[in-house]
Amino acid sequence: MLDETEGYTTADGRQIGPVVMDLRNITLRFGGVEAIKNISFDIRQGEIRAIIGPNGAGKSSMLNVISGFYVPQEGEVWFKGYRRGPMKPYEVARLGIARTFQNIALFDGMSVLDNIMTGRLNKVKSGFFSQALWWGRAEAEEIANREQVEKIIDFLEIQNIRKTPVGRLPYGLKKRVELARALAAEPQLLLLDEPMAGMNVEEKEDMSRFILDVNDEFGTTIALIEHDMGVVMDLSDRVVVMDYGRKIGDGTPSEVRSNQEVIDAYLGVSHD
Amino acid sequence: MAQLRAPDGADPQSIPALLARNVDRLGPRPAYREKEFGIWQSWTWAQAADEIRALALGMLNLGLRPGDHVAVIGRNRPAHYWAMIATQMCGAVPVPLYQDAVAEEMAYVLGHCGARFVVCGDQEQVDKVLEVQAMSDAPRNVEQIIYTDKRGMRKYDHARMNALADVQAEGRASGQRLGPELDARIAALDYDSTCVMLYTSGTTGKPKGVVLSNRNIIETAKNTSDFDKLTYRDEVLAYLPMAWVGDFIFSMGQATWTGFTVNCPESAATMMTDLREIGPTYFFAPPRVFEGQLTNVMIRMEDAGRFKRWLFKHYMAVANRVGPSLLDGKPVGFGDRIAYGLGNLLIYGPLKDALGYGRIRVGYTAGEAIGPEIFDFYRSLGINLKQLYGQTEASVFITQQPDGGVRSDTVGVPSPGVELKIADTGEVFYRGPGTFVEYYNNPESTASTKDAEGWVATGDAGFIEEETGQLRIIDRAKDVGKMADGTMFAPKYVENKLKFYPNILEAVVLGNGRDFCTAMINIDLNAVGNWAERNNIAYASYQELAGHPQVYATIKEHVETVNRSVAQDPMLSGCQIHRFLVLHKELDPDDGEMTRTRKVRRAVISEKFADLVAALYDGSDSVYTETEVTYEDGRKGVIKATLKIEDVPVFGEAPMEKVAAE
Repeated sequence: MLDETEGYTTADGRQIGPVVMDLRNITLRFGGVEAIKNISFDIRQGEIRAIIGPNGAGKSSMLNVISGFYVPQEGEVWFKGYRRGPMKPYEVARLGIARTFQNIALFDGMSVLDNIMTGRLNKVKSGFFSQALWWGRAEAEEIANREQVEKIIDFLEIQNIRKTPVGRLPYGLKKRVELARALAAEPQLLLLDEPMAGMNVEEKEDMSRFILDVNDEFGTTIALIEHDMGVVMDLSDRVVVMDYGRKIGDGTPSEVRSNQEVIDAYLGVSHD
Repeated sequence: MAQLRAPDGADPQSIPALLARNVDRLGPRPAYREKEFGIWQSWTWAQAADEIRALALGMLNLGLRPGDHVAVIGRNRPAHYWAMIATQMCGAVPVPLYQDAVAEEMAYVLGHCGARFVVCGDQEQVDKVLEVQAMSDAPRNVEQIIYTDKRGMRKYDHARMNALADVQAEGRASGQRLGPELDARIAALDYDSTCVMLYTSGTTGKPKGVVLSNRNIIETAKNTSDFDKLTYRDEVLAYLPMAWVGDFIFSMGQATWTGFTVNCPESAATMMTDLREIGPTYFFAPPRVFEGQLTNVMIRMEDAGRFKRWLFKHYMAVANRVGPSLLDGKPVGFGDRIAYGLGNLLIYGPLKDALGYGRIRVGYTAGEAIGPEIFDFYRSLGINLKQLYGQTEASVFITQQPDGGVRSDTVGVPSPGVELKIADTGEVFYRGPGTFVEYYNNPESTASTKDAEGWVATGDAGFIEEETGQLRIIDRAKDVGKMADGTMFAPKYVENKLKFYPNILEAVVLGNGRDFCTAMINIDLNAVGNWAERNNIAYASYQELAGHPQVYATIKEHVETVNRSVAQDPMLSGCQIHRFLVLHKELDPDDGEMTRTRKVRRAVISEKFADLVAALYDGSDSVYTETEVTYEDGRKGVIKATLKIEDVPVFGEAPMEKVAAE
């Protein structure tokens, strides 16, 4: 195993840094149900880390633990060298963690631009009155935020729908807008919950390219959950495999692919 | 107004010289605009000249030699126009290429012109060029790649690759050292040096490199700018492929000659929004753009309330009656003027604004025949839409319609300085100041196209109307054939009639040397899909919709009406369509069925769909077929379908009475 302070170099020559998120012996229970059973793994600076597993394996719960939405009953979550306690959502956002949702969670009646602007909320310093009266630093701040949002719009190639209400967009584009909103927060760690679910091949290819570009261009660390094995194996640097709340594999895509336990989980060997 | 022509007649003899003149006379006026990050950024002539000079110095620094070819592949962006002028400054030749061409197509052209430098718009284009260089049989002539958009380029090996902005920075830094050399090269440019090389799409065979001199481009720009009284106050939207000669004339030739502003859209998808924001005064679009917009207007009117629909219908009737005469300056009654004025307030004005045509002074369409209803619709709104006829070898302009002499079925009078003649075969020949120098490295083709006296065969059959002096085009000369019984076969004439229906996107009429004509038809997914939605017809794919019985019934009606109208022409009544089928896939340039400018390649189609052609003529009522398709990323797949073939009634020798009796 690698030391947590040193990095490694990926097959395509990218430099991966030290550990940013370290999950140690996490157990999460809902009443009597153990959704996550004593799982440990880490996420390193600049890598694309996938969490895979069959339905009900506990992937989304895991992501919610990382995002701080669920607080595990046992275990420790370390982020950037500090142990994290229970947090409010805005505190998580300020730490530099942003996410997208499995079921799109955008404001349907608002335009794409406004939706993405909401991602900048935690960067806004001016107060309520200053903004309402368009006075003081509100104007300069709005312009700076808008510029950042426009760069993201350009990056994700959604200029043509800038002013379109989100409710009128097809599914694939909504997913892209959601990614844009997450990026607007300038996250250090980006969590993607099934970014390709329900997409056609072309939309998947686009989304994969954007994920790689985000990682490459902004150096964002990405943790994602995905069902499409082809996509996961192509995109990610390291993969965690979960089944029934347990971790059954962890490593590079090729390591995971040849792991007997993983193969069994996906082919459906009976559990006793 | 700034005086454009020099008093002593010594006009600048190259685009870089025109640029210098514009800096002198129009320095602080906007030369280029581009929407980026949601805001229109603009560059004055002085600023643009500074950027261009920096780029030219940078290219010199990288070792660009006089006579080299520089390929430019990307969407319409100021930087790409600058790259072309910078190339000219270095004494090299810009070669803009179609950005949607796949690597194999690009390989031929890059090898043929031997480009040492390539300017790429983005990573996608860089990848294609690298792919071409890696092909086993491709010549490895590309030495330097310059890219505009830095995104995703960090991982690439930069040994022979630079960002355009970095090349400019290097250029600025070496201005002291390389400035005199650059000035000398600019001074060496004259009227006969090559201005640009453009590859013709070519409906047959390999593309040919058309060499156009400064004389060709500047003389054409001068004459046609005078013809339409274009000035430095005009605005154009540069959105058509840069590899197309029209864009070069409008956004480069006429723009540098008159000094008007070239506006570049944010992306291809935002073109319609950007059009509305800019409101160009001088505009060109192929007929399909106008068709598409009209279809959209009509679809949206269907959704409007009853009162609005009535208002629209009422005032469009007024516009139809009065609009064209007003535009042509013909006398119009006082009552009609009032009605039209009201209509303008309520309907035409807002509609024109919504379309982005609020300020158009001069609009052109060309490339394909435009439906008379579509043409009249725009003209009746007060948009001065005209037709022109041209080709790459003529630096676009062969004929164009003067104000007041506009009709949908002609293509206008000879452009200033252009002479026309019609050969015995009916083929149209021209010569003029815009007539190309040669096909690059292809003396045989040059000789067979352009004779010693400078006459060029257009390949189109047509005639000149005696009363108006306007040219009328019938069809491609080589497509005009004979049926088995010896009567004339002019497929395009019939295809155009079919394509005037919004439901029909493309049609291919067959029948050369046969007993009767048949047709393969492409439905327009927009129009037919909308109709299906309204009528609760469910469909899962293009293929399913195309094969739907009700779609077939509608298309059959259209074909029948076309037959009726074709029957009225005694010369062409043999071209009525006896049988047709609706194709299961859209004809696509990626599959080689059309050219990049969306002209049907007949030979490819009759070979590729040989099974369908056979079925059209052997009397069967359906046919099973498998067709190979190429996806956007270059992968191939197969579409399987069983197509129905329909018979259509044809009309007899004396159709006039029948029509009259109805």
